[in-house]
Amino acid sequence: MSVTAPSTPAVRRAWAPYLLSAPALLLFAGVVLIPIAMTVILSFHDWGQYKGIEPVFILKNWREIIDDSYFHEMFLRTLRISVLVTLIAAVFGAPEAYILNRMRNPWKGIFLLVILGPLLISVVARTLGWALLFGGETGVINKALLNLGVITAPIPFMFTETGVVIALSHVLMPFMVLSVWAGLQRLDPQVENAALSLGASHATVLRRIVLPQVMPGILSGSIIVFALAASAFATPAIIGGRRLKVAATLAYDEFLNTLNWPLGAAVASLLLVALVVIIVGCNRLVERRYAQVFQ
Amino acid sequence: MSRNGPLALAYHTLFVAFVLAPIVIVCIVAFTPEGFLSIPTERFSLRWFRAIAQYPEFIEAFWNSVWLAALSSAIAVGFSVPAALAIARHDFRGREAMTALFLSPLMVPHVVLGIAFLRFFTQIGLGGTFVGLVLSHIVVVFPFALRLVLSSAVGMDRAVENAAVSLGATNVAVFRRITLPLILPGLASGWALAFIQSFDEVTMTVFIAAPGTVTLPVRMFLYIQDNIDPLVTSVSACVIAVTTVFLVVLDRIYGLERLLVGRGQQEGV
Amino acid sequence: MPFLALESLTKRFGDQVAVDALDLAVEPGEFVSLLGPSGCGKTTTLQMIAGFIEPTSGAITLEGRDLLGMQPNQRGLGIVFQSYALFPHMTAAENVAFGLEMRRVAKAERDQRVAQTLELVGLGALADRYPRRMSGGQQQRVALARALVIRPRILLLDEPLSNLDAKLREEMQIELRQIQRTVGTTTILVTHDQAEAMALSDRIVVMNKGKVEQIGRPHEAYEKPASAFVAGFLGKTNVLPGAVHHDTGAAIAMIGDGRWPVPDMTDAQVSISVRPEKIDFIDAAACSIGGTVRTRIFQGNHWLYQVDTPCGLVTVIRQNSGQAVPAEGAAVRLTWRTEDMAIHPAAATAS
Repeated sequence: MSVTAPSTPAVRRAWAPYLLSAPALLLFAGVVLIPIAMTVILSFHDWGQYKGIEPVFILKNWREIIDDSYFHEMFLRTLRISVLVTLIAAVFGAPEAYILNRMRNPWKGIFLLVILGPLLISVVARTLGWALLFGGETGVINKALLNLGVITAPIPFMFTETGVVIALSHVLMPFMVLSVWAGLQRLDPQVENAALSLGASHATVLRRIVLPQVMPGILSGSIIVFALAASAFATPAIIGGRRLKVAATLAYDEFLNTLNWPLGAAVASLLLVALVVIIVGCNRLVERRYAQVFQ
Repeated sequence: MSRNGPLALAYHTLFVAFVLAPIVIVCIVAFTPEGFLSIPTERFSLRWFRAIAQYPEFIEAFWNSVWLAALSSAIAVGFSVPAALAIARHDFRGREAMTALFLSPLMVPHVVLGIAFLRFFTQIGLGGTFVGLVLSHIVVVFPFALRLVLSSAVGMDRAVENAAVSLGATNVAVFRRITLPLILPGLASGWALAFIQSFDEVTMTVFIAAPGTVTLPVRMFLYIQDNIDPLVTSVSACVIAVTTVFLVVLDRIYGLERLLVGRGQQEGV
Repeated sequence: MPFLALESLTKRFGDQVAVDALDLAVEPGEFVSLLGPSGCGKTTTLQMIAGFIEPTSGAITLEGRDLLGMQPNQRGLGIVFQSYALFPHMTAAENVAFGLEMRRVAKAERDQRVAQTLELVGLGALADRYPRRMSGGQQQRVALARALVIRPRILLLDEPLSNLDAKLREEMQIELRQIQRTVGTTTILVTHDQAEAMALSDRIVVMNKGKVEQIGRPHEAYEKPASAFVAGFLGKTNVLPGAVHHDTGAAIAMIGDGRWPVPDMTDAQVSISVRPEKIDFIDAAACSIGGTVRTRIFQGNHWLYQVDTPCGLVTVIRQNSGQAVPAEGAAVRLTWRTEDMAIHPAAATAS
């Protein structure tokens, strides 16, 4: 790299992008990279009820997470919930995106707003809605099911994995619809007609023509939904409560209730590393699989 | 294009009911005349909306949220403009890595960010301050601002700027008279989307907000953790109403799909 | 000293040579076209004159002064971009006024010059319209007015007519030429359309793979192409394999079963190009090659033939004079004058 001041236009042009992005880069270095590095370092520190945080390098917290079955259960539950939510979102969200795409205006625009809009409505307010639907005087789901005779005793939704999965599916569903819908936009509608003209039934068209083409959308939507489900906090905290903890609420408790910051930092670091590995890995797979088809 | 069959429409109806149910029930329960959570059957009452006024915590938290969102989104947009121009216009070493870094707040769980900021701000003496909140929100909404500014910068014909240069415009004049007006819609929508994201952020903020700097969603979250009563439903109903108005306006001006379907892979709740 | 001079101008992108030691001298008021297929370096050359691309080596001088040391915004050149690059958030008048504003021309004079220039390009009535609400041709005129209003020392036109449909393009060619004559601005046009280059220019620079193939007046380049490439690129031509050798002292070109006396040259395998409209049917055997008419197409004012010969398929264009013409399948003999054929070394045969 040149040490002299940039003089010729060519040199100036080579420096321009770095100068332009310097403010944002400095911000991110200072306010993202350093804090995250500090958190990872914190996870190796010691902590005691009375001595507080001790800046030493030990593996105690990591060993505790790896050895203690309590943490295993927590991470397994997080994984289970995330996988279920992803599946539900894919199975129910993809067909809806397809139906949405076949609608005519103005209905298309209106329902797109109705389905994607909740994305921007407070997660707390939406989760509160599920709490109201699930339990107490306002628990209309159980009331309806009891009245219809589908069930004989109310299903426990609050403080159960079932409840968390349903509420999270609702919170994250728009991401799946959005992702599949974006994929459908790139699809040439004439291709479906071409298949029909060649004698394919409607079901065959869906299976052989449409599904393969929206598969990248479903997969990238799944990656988003999975990542957000695994790191979700507000919804499991409200629906799951203190008893049904997931990774994010566990880290919260260690930090703000138990005050064992190093252990909480270890939980958070593990969550971050696991997610990055899973997301990057899945992205690679999807890209490799579909690189030739969709440039 | 062919229309949907009856089966598809039935499915669609159920799906929309699922999407709207929790939002609608909050708004209904908010009008209960009773002192406990219930679905109003005989009459609607505004008593719980009036009750909000008696709880300055919610009012204060609301204004905290508004200022925080407005300020952090504006700063994020300010930072994102030169970065977006660099990414859109130049091919340079480290461009991919830099873009990934700027979009990383979408991928890093907000719990992790909250913990990282809690530790960081406590260490540097910004713990619980409004400045700390602003800094953290700038980072969290940055990807949204960047994406929209970037797409308007990418969509701009480079020759237009070259034309201005050939007519004698200096770099400053080109930016002020040509580039800025042309990417302004992207700036405005980037700010709006960033505002909503900041206004709704709860997971990270719950770690770093102090009693004096608590935001509305954090206040609501903490309230719900203690107990759920009609007051929090009326507050939520207000939030839903305001967001919906905002949303419809944004949809009219910019188009919701264009706002949400961006280049980025991940989006944060 | 020429008005604008490019001296061994070279641009490399990595290993690729986009423009290779280009020399060009342009006189004041001249209309010069850079003509060639895409990737020949013509646009890169224009961009270097404009200052948007920096040459790897070489010099550009305008009236004897070095242009390369100047920023693009100080060069005072008027440019019409291929995409027009109009400012979408400004009206036609505001677009045209922009360059004058940058030159801090007083408002009264500015308004007057803007109105005058819009009038010149025939857009006086559309001054307050935004580009989005204009047709392609109108946008093109705004772009031209915007470049001309600053009284540029040189007008650079980058494929200005390529986005217009064929009919409009022809009209604009005539108008462009008239406007250029009226204002007298030295003009450089970049185009891949040989008809456009020939219609507009005083001189044509034919480029291929970064190198100049020929510089000359349109008629001269058409009639006397300096290379097989130029012959093939400017208009239609037939390229026939042949050989030159000496027979009893005089040089003879042998093409198929035909023999032509040619000016003295060394013996070699050659490729010979002949324009389709220069070929005639003849009964005699001298200076002619034999063939069979494969197809005959009537095109109104002329007939187009494809004739099978031992040298390959030869295209012939004959004026429709109302007389009897050879039918498909007929055996014919083709002839042309010695001065109508261009002889190039065989290695440089263009496809």
